Amino acid sequence: MAITDQDVARIAHLARIALSPEDAERTRRELNGILGLIEQLQAVDTQGVEPMAHPLSAHQEISLRLREDKAEPGNETQRSALMANAPATAQGLFLVPTVIE
Amino acid sequence: MEWEIVIGLETHTQLATESKIFSSSSTRFGAAPNTQANEIDMALPGSLPVLNRGAVECAIRFGLAIGAHIAPRSVFARKNYFYPDLPKNYQISQFELPVVQGGSLRFFVGDQEHTVNLTRAHLEEDAGKSLHENFTGPHGESSTGIDLNRAGTPLLEIVSEPEMRSAAEAVAYARTLHGLVMWLGICDGNMQEGSFRCDANVSVRPKGQAEFGTRCEIKNLNSFRFLERAIQYEARRQIELIEDGGTVRQETRLYDADRDETRSMRSKEDSDDYRYFPDPDLPPLAITADWVERVRAELPELPGAKRQRFETELGLTAYDAAQLTMDRAYADYFEQAAAQLPQGQAKLAANWILGELSASLNRDETGIAQSRVAPASLAALIARIIDGTVSNKIARDVFAAMWAGEHDGDPDAIIEARGLKQISDSGAIGSMIDEVLAANPAIVEQYRAGKDKAFNSLVGQIMKAAKGKANPQQVNQLLKEKLG
Amino acid sequence: MSTMPLHTEFDSIEALGAALRQGKVSALELADSALDAIQAQSGLNAFLHVDAELTRAQARAADDLLGQGRGGSLTGIPIAHKDVFVTRGWRTTAASKMLADYTSPFDATVVSLLEQAGAVSLGKLNCDEFAMGSGNENSAFGPARNPWDADAVPGGSSGGSAAAVAAGLVMAATGTDTGGSVRQPAALCGVSGIKPTYGTVSRFGMVAFGSSLDQAGPLARHARDLLELLDPISAFDQRDATSLPDCDGAANQPGRVRAQFDAAVAAQQEGGAKPLQGLRIGVPAEFFNEGLSPEVAQAVEAALQTYESLGARRVEISLPRTRLSIPAYYVIAPAEASSNLSRYDGVRYGHRTASYGDLADMTSRSRAEGFGPEVLRRILVGTYVLCHGYYDAYYLQAQRIRRLIAQDFQQAFADHCDVIMGPVTPSVAKRIGENRDDPTADWLADVYTLGVSLAGLPAMSIPCGFSSSQKPLPIGLQLIGNYFREGQLLAIADRFQQATDWHQRKPEQQ
Repeated sequence: MAITDQDVARIAHLARIALSPEDAERTRRELNGILGLIEQLQAVDTQGVEPMAHPLSAHQEISLRLREDKAEPGNETQRSALMANAPATAQGLFLVPTVIE
Repeated sequence: MEWEIVIGLETHTQLATESKIFSSSSTRFGAAPNTQANEIDMALPGSLPVLNRGAVECAIRFGLAIGAHIAPRSVFARKNYFYPDLPKNYQISQFELPVVQGGSLRFFVGDQEHTVNLTRAHLEEDAGKSLHENFTGPHGESSTGIDLNRAGTPLLEIVSEPEMRSAAEAVAYARTLHGLVMWLGICDGNMQEGSFRCDANVSVRPKGQAEFGTRCEIKNLNSFRFLERAIQYEARRQIELIEDGGTVRQETRLYDADRDETRSMRSKEDSDDYRYFPDPDLPPLAITADWVERVRAELPELPGAKRQRFETELGLTAYDAAQLTMDRAYADYFEQAAAQLPQGQAKLAANWILGELSASLNRDETGIAQSRVAPASLAALIARIIDGTVSNKIARDVFAAMWAGEHDGDPDAIIEARGLKQISDSGAIGSMIDEVLAANPAIVEQYRAGKDKAFNSLVGQIMKAAKGKANPQQVNQLLKEKLG
Repeated sequence: MSTMPLHTEFDSIEALGAALRQGKVSALELADSALDAIQAQSGLNAFLHVDAELTRAQARAADDLLGQGRGGSLTGIPIAHKDVFVTRGWRTTAASKMLADYTSPFDATVVSLLEQAGAVSLGKLNCDEFAMGSGNENSAFGPARNPWDADAVPGGSSGGSAAAVAAGLVMAATGTDTGGSVRQPAALCGVSGIKPTYGTVSRFGMVAFGSSLDQAGPLARHARDLLELLDPISAFDQRDATSLPDCDGAANQPGRVRAQFDAAVAAQQEGGAKPLQGLRIGVPAEFFNEGLSPEVAQAVEAALQTYESLGARRVEISLPRTRLSIPAYYVIAPAEASSNLSRYDGVRYGHRTASYGDLADMTSRSRAEGFGPEVLRRILVGTYVLCHGYYDAYYLQAQRIRRLIAQDFQQAFADHCDVIMGPVTPSVAKRIGENRDDPTADWLADVYTLGVSLAGLPAMSIPCGFSSSQKPLPIGLQLIGNYFREGQLLAIADRFQQATDWHQRKPEQQ
C-alpha cells in the first residue's frame, strides 16, 4: 500500500506541519520505507488477542484511579507564572490570529 | 410529496462538580480569564490528567435515571484535532466504550406521550473560550483572545437515537432532559452560561422511505426557542433543496438567530479524521456493581417513579403528572400541598399549581422557590373550595390577594375581610332565584320554549345578584327545580 | 593536565555521602569543582543548560542540612537531569528548537524527589530531541559526544546523561527510557543504567513521548549507585494516573527497592563461593542472530561465563517475537508521540514562527520550524497509523502483538528462568554522522531493547567489555527482570561488578 502525494498532504494537514514540495517528496519516500518495515505486522495472526494499552495489563488488572472532587483555587499571580512562556498575550488572554468561522 | 423530518439530538451538559474533570481547577463561572486554569488545563509540557470521581458519579446518576446500562469498564479516548481553545489539540473523550449505554426518556408533546431511546452518554472535557474581540497581535494582526477557564470542565454528552419527527418533539425532549439533569443535581441547567447545549442532527426523507436522508448537524443551540427555529428552518431548507433537484451535503451548520437561518460552517466530509485511540495516560475506568448500588441508594425519587406515583396513588392524569415532574421543586411543592388535602383531592392542587400558581410565577418572572404562596397556604385555600366556603371562581380572587400579601396571605382572613363566603343556604339562594325569575318572565318563556341558552342567562343574573358568591351547583339545581 | 572533579575521588555515592556527612568535603566544593569540569569538557556537549547560581544555591542548602547533622544518603551529591524533565529555574528544551526558551513553572516529580533528598543538580543534559533517537544526534543543539571517543556517538536518547556520568562530570544522572534510551547509551558509554518497571516511577513532569512506554531511570557508575537514585524516586504519585500504588503487594514507595536489594544481597552472601547458586539465566536464542557483531557477542558470552562461575545456570530460551518488536514499537511510539506533540502549536508557549498569515499557517509553520527531521518523521508516521482505515491494521494490530510479546516474557519467567540476559546493542558506538540517510537503520539496532519496553519490564545495562578498536569502545550486558524485581536485578548486577572491573574503567581525558 504505497503512500501517495495526496496521502502526504493529508497527513501533514492533520498534523499541522507545513511541508515544502521537496520536504513532501522526501517525506513520501521515507514514509514508504517505514511502511515497508511496519507492514510486517499485518502478516501476524492475532486472532483472539486483546490489544494491550497498559504494559502491566498482562500481569495484573489495571484500572483507573480517581481523584476526589475538590477545587484548588487559582489566582492572577499563578496565572502569570503559567502564562510566562506565551508568545502573545493581552488582558490575561492568549492571543492567536483571528479564526473566521 | 409528503416529507418526514428525522431528528437526533446530542446534548452537552456541564456537570456541576467543584473541580474540573482532569484537573483540580475550579469550575466556577465568571472568573477573570485564565485564573482557573492550571498546568494541566494549559497543557504545559509534562502535565498529566487525573480523573475526577465526582464526574463519574454524575454519569452514574444519569445512567440510572434513564434506565441505561452502566458500563463496568469504559475507556477514555483522545479525539485529535487542532483548535486554539483546545490546549492539547486533542480532547479527552470516550469513543468505543462510553460509561453509559442505552436508556430512554419519556416526555409529552402536547398531550401525546413519547419515548425516545438514547444511544449513549459519555464523559469528556470541555474546551476553552475564544473571545473574538478585536485584539491586536504582535505583528499588528487582528487577533482572538483565548480564555482557558472553561477548558477541562466536565461534560456529559448525551446522544439520542434519531427518533424524533418534529421540532416540537425535539424541544419537548430537550426540555425534559434539561429538567432531569437539574433534578438529579448533576447540572445547573443555566443555558445562558452554556451549561446545557444542544446539537441537532436533521435530515428529511419521503414518508414511507426506510433509508435516512443525508443529515446536517446544527451546532451549539443554547435556547429552546433557537432549537425549535433552527430545526424548522433546516428541515424546510433541505426539503426545498431536494424539491428543486439538489442534494443535501453532509455538513456542520450554525444557527443565526438574527436572520433565523442556518449557515454552513464546514463540510463534515472534509472535516478532520479524529484518529481516536485509547488515551495511554488513563487506564480503563472500572465501575463496580457496589458503586452503582451506592449511587442508586442515594438517588432522589426519580421523575419517572414520582410521575407513576402521582398517577396511581394521587389520581393525576398522565399529562399533569408529567408536567409536575419536569422540575423537582414543582413536584415537591405539589406533594406538600396534596399532603394537606383530603384523600382524592390532589387533582385540585395540580390544577392550581399548573394554572394560577404558574401564571403568577411567570408574571413575576420568578421560580417556584420564590413563590409568594406556600404549599400549605395553597392547600388551605383549596380546602375552602372543597368545603364550599368559596367557589372556584372566587377562590382566584382570594389567591390574588394572598399573592399580594394581604392579611399575611391567610386565605380565611381574606375571605372574612372581603366577605367572600359562598352562599350555600338553599333558602337564601331560593329567594334570589325567585326574585330573578319574577323579574325576567320573558327569559323564562324562552326557556320553556326550549332555548337552553336562556337557562345560562338566568344563572348569570342570579350570580350577579349574589355578587358571584352563590354556590353554582346549588344555583343550577334549585333553578332547575323551580323551573320545573 | 585535565580537571577531574572532586567527586571522582570517591568510588561510590555511599562513600561520598559518608565523607559529606563527616564534613570531609562540602557540597559547595563538590559543586564548584563539577562546574569547572563541565566547563573544561564542554566539547562533549553533554550539558545544555548550566546555571552556576542555581546549583550553588542547592549546594548551600545541602551544606546547611549537613551542618545540622540532617544529611541523608543523597545530600550534596552532584547529579544532573536529562532535559526532558521539567525544572523550575533551568530551562527545559527537550533538545528542541520548539522549546528553546521554555522555562517550566513546576518541577517534574523525579526532580522534586531528588531535590528533597538533597541531591545537587548541575543542570540539564543533552539528549535526542523529544527523546526520539539513539545517538543524541537528533538534538537541535548539536550532538553529545562519547567520552571514550569524541567522534563516536554516546548513544541515545539519554546521550548527555551517559556521557556526563562516563566523563565523571556528575556522580549520577537521570534519563528516560522509552525503547532503550537509558540502557543503550549506558552500554555505549560504559556506565550502568536501569529502566524500572513501567508505573513505578512517576511520569509527571516528563515531557511526553510514548506515554505507555516512557519510564525514568538513573545512570551511574555501578549498580549500588543506581540504587541510591532509584529508590527515592520509586514511589506512587497521584499526579500520574498510570503510576502504580503497589507492586505485587509491596507499597510503591521509597524503601521498597532497597529492601529487595538488601534481601537479595543477603541471600547471595549465604551462597559463599557460589553466591548466585540457583539463579537461572535465560539466554534468548533470538538475541544472538546475524545482526549481532562478533565482539559484542564475545563480551556478552564472557559475561555469561562469569555469571556461571558465580554459581548461576544458563538456560536457552526463546522470545520468538523479538523481531516483531521493531514494527510494533515503531507504530505505537510514533502514534502516541504524534498526539502528545500536538500541544506544541506556538499558542501558549514554545516556538512561534516569525511571519504568518492565518492561524493554520502560524501553527503549521511553527511546528515545521520547531521540530527536527526525526521528530517530524515520527509525528507523520504516527498520524498515519491512527488514521481511519489504518488504525486497526496498524495501531490495534501492534497493540495485540505487544500483548503476545509480553506473554512470551511471562512464559520464559514462569517456566525457565529468573532473569534474562543478552546484548544491549548489536555493535559498539558508531561514528557521529555515519549513516544518517537511512532513518530506519537506527531503528533496527533497537531490536534487543524494544520488547522490554513494550512489556513494561525492568531492565539494566552494565559494562561487560570493550571493542578491540584503536580507541576501545564499551560494550554493555543487558539484564531483564520480571515485574517489580528492580532490587533483585540490581543485586545480580552488583555481584557481577564485585567480580569484575569493567565498570571501573574510565575514559582517558580528551
